[in-house]
Amino acid sequence: MPSLPRALALLAALLPLYAQPPVSPPKPPAFRRPPAFPERPPADPASLERGKAVYGVHCTFCHGVDARGGSGGPNLIRTSLVLNDRNGELIGPVIREGREGMPKFDLTPTQISDIAAFIHNFKVGGYDISRNPPPSIVTGNAAAGQAYFAKTCAGCHASLNGIASRITDPKQLQQTWLMPGSGGGRGGGTSRVSPTTVTVATTSAKVTGRLLRIDDFFVSLVDAEGTPVTFTRSGDVPKVELHDPLIGHRKLLSTYSDTDIHNLTAYLVTLK
Amino acid sequence: MKLALCLSFSAALYSQTLDPALLTKPLANDWPTYNGDYSGQRYSRLTQINQTNVKNLTLAWTTRITGGMGSAAPGGRPGFGGPPTIVGGEGSAELAASFGGNTNIRASILMVDGRLYFSTPDNAWAVDARDGRVLWHYFWKTKGGTHIGNRGLGMWGKWLYMETPDDYLVCLDALTGKERWHKPIADYNQQYFSTMAPIVVGNHILIGTGNDLDAPGYVQARDPETGDVQWTTYTVPMKKGDPGVESWGSLEGARVGAGNVWIPGAYDPETKLYIFGTGNPSPSYTNPKSRDGDNLYTCSLVALNVDTGKMAWYYQLNPHDTHDWDSSETPILVNGEFQGKPRKMALHADRNGYFYVVDRLTGEHLLTSKFSDTVNWVKQINAKGQTMRDPLKDSSVPGALVSPNNYGATNWPPAAFSPGTGLFYVPQSDTYAMYYLTETDPRGAMGLGGKDEQQVASMGSYLTAIDYKTGKIAWRHRYPGVGGGFGGGNGILATASKLVFAGDISGNLVSYDAANGKILWHSRIGQVSNAPQTYMVDGHQYLLVAAGDQLFSFYLQ
Repeated sequence: MPSLPRALALLAALLPLYAQPPVSPPKPPAFRRPPAFPERPPADPASLERGKAVYGVHCTFCHGVDARGGSGGPNLIRTSLVLNDRNGELIGPVIREGREGMPKFDLTPTQISDIAAFIHNFKVGGYDISRNPPPSIVTGNAAAGQAYFAKTCAGCHASLNGIASRITDPKQLQQTWLMPGSGGGRGGGTSRVSPTTVTVATTSAKVTGRLLRIDDFFVSLVDAEGTPVTFTRSGDVPKVELHDPLIGHRKLLSTYSDTDIHNLTAYLVTLK
Repeated sequence: MKLALCLSFSAALYSQTLDPALLTKPLANDWPTYNGDYSGQRYSRLTQINQTNVKNLTLAWTTRITGGMGSAAPGGRPGFGGPPTIVGGEGSAELAASFGGNTNIRASILMVDGRLYFSTPDNAWAVDARDGRVLWHYFWKTKGGTHIGNRGLGMWGKWLYMETPDDYLVCLDALTGKERWHKPIADYNQQYFSTMAPIVVGNHILIGTGNDLDAPGYVQARDPETGDVQWTTYTVPMKKGDPGVESWGSLEGARVGAGNVWIPGAYDPETKLYIFGTGNPSPSYTNPKSRDGDNLYTCSLVALNVDTGKMAWYYQLNPHDTHDWDSSETPILVNGEFQGKPRKMALHADRNGYFYVVDRLTGEHLLTSKFSDTVNWVKQINAKGQTMRDPLKDSSVPGALVSPNNYGATNWPPAAFSPGTGLFYVPQSDTYAMYYLTETDPRGAMGLGGKDEQQVASMGSYLTAIDYKTGKIAWRHRYPGVGGGFGGGNGILATASKLVFAGDISGNLVSYDAANGKILWHSRIGQVSNAPQTYMVDGHQYLLVAAGDQLFSFYLQ
């Protein structure tokens, strides 16, 4: 059955006299993801400046310079009262009247709305950005890492000299040696992982090639000539053997201690 | 003639109504609630499709749905033979007009008297169960909220109930899709978003909500006629003297301790207990002083009296979780033998890789076992059977290699139980990730912040059958491949013909022998996105499943 637009087009072609003049369909609006939480309009910069000063004088000691809690006072920016406040109408009464463990403050309505502007200017979200990120993830002992390398890795990797020049970010280096190809994301073009291959043995032939896909019902590979081939699977027929180039890395995962990992990374970052 | 008209009219009315008694019966022809019946077993008594004829299953119908304003949009045209879209909601027209794409059915689908009812975030549909014809479509104009998924609708009499990402409970007329009312259920300003399928028990509409910030989780009972609150029970202590407050560093910590309510629970009519799993404590990955302790009642099975909301018992599976492993998965209620004695139990497979059995009358612990081979975060299992974490496996600056990843060894996709085989079936995924701590402020982060989780490897995905009496794996089907994706299949159905149905990780809907995992039938329909279901209409047993924006229904011709 033709779809409606196609049927209409056909009709229009057959009956030009009756066809409507072409109407360009309304352009669909660009897809906008709904906001994950309410968005606030940007604050007036002057109010923000004043608010920062007033907050600094009266509030910082207990609630912290960033309003995330300080000496005795709770994190303000995630409280339901602050999240429901627009420009001081809920925060104001608490400032003026105080509450258990918090004194009263005699501030003007403008000062209160300025404080509100300052507090509301902090971003509050479930995926909170880290503001005190550690300078480096490298904490291990390089000498111990070298010994671990000799014992565990040298069987397959005679030397990894230069790896720290190829992968300069220590976290990416750590991810990459744990599982090559997984250190992904930004600048991950340094992976040297060979593809997974598969051997399929039928009663008449045996074919080996790069694995395209496998499930319980089919296996597809690219053979030596570059031709894609698909085999139907039924239980163990034909016989299918996967060759995982990362099997060694995969098997080691359950054997590492985190100290081993950190030491090995500390060693590898020295291999410029 | 008049009489005949009258009769057919009342018959038509009756056919849109859910008889409440149906909800207390074991799952058979209809599918009137999230898990089919209250037990959470997802075990159908239908036997028309059996081990011998399952290989003859054939497509009965398929339907593709489109969310959004549809014909109600300015300049929108009514679809060919499709019904108009009914629009509700309080969001802006501009945002509503930009809605589209990404329609992914992760809901359980209600089947009542020949009609299917289901939802995606902001959308609900009624579809004819015989041929997939769309009968009506309702679209909710959202204000916002995280649009990650919607688990489905609840039904009471002729009314349907839906939660929205911007925290409303919407009541719709099942016959027409017209809105009856909507009521706020949580504070959107505190960043709540609501995904749970409402569960109907007697004259209670049970709802839950959650968020990715730190606001406390809760369950509410609502009046089915008015939507008014009957009771509210928080999953964390909210005031001085509340039980469990001693398990937090401070009351303030408890009040921003999350324990979200994402997934429907099970209900035991005999004890009138509603039993559900709670989410993880917050902040999820950091350990501020305010979170010192076990953090009750997060990561717990909790039993509430359905009339009062009072807690009858709790069992905390995972004290002081630090990996965002919600224990939301529906506990499955089973009557059976345990260590030679008849027991009434609740069974639960957790994201953390462990399987638990408790006595559902008392919460007494009966069994804890590991179902994921790679799990490495537990220091010890204590005398109460609780899995106690190794603090060295918390997120750390140089990174902690932890199995499983944040998705968990299993997740929201529903497990199933077959009384016929005595086996518990669960989608399983064995993974490793590095958990890096990125926030060194001792006050911790908010919500899910303060860490950088980097995937390392998938070691395999499985359909796993667990013997609840021993906790041992009875059989396990590994999906082929060197890894297996980061996440397993999307849910399981068991039937009285000793069949198990599940989507695999390659786009196949597959039927297995429930006793041993032998494959009996499959059809590749694209990435299966919810748990298969089954129903009976006009003498045909249908097998129903969603794949993205499409429904597929199979039967024996």
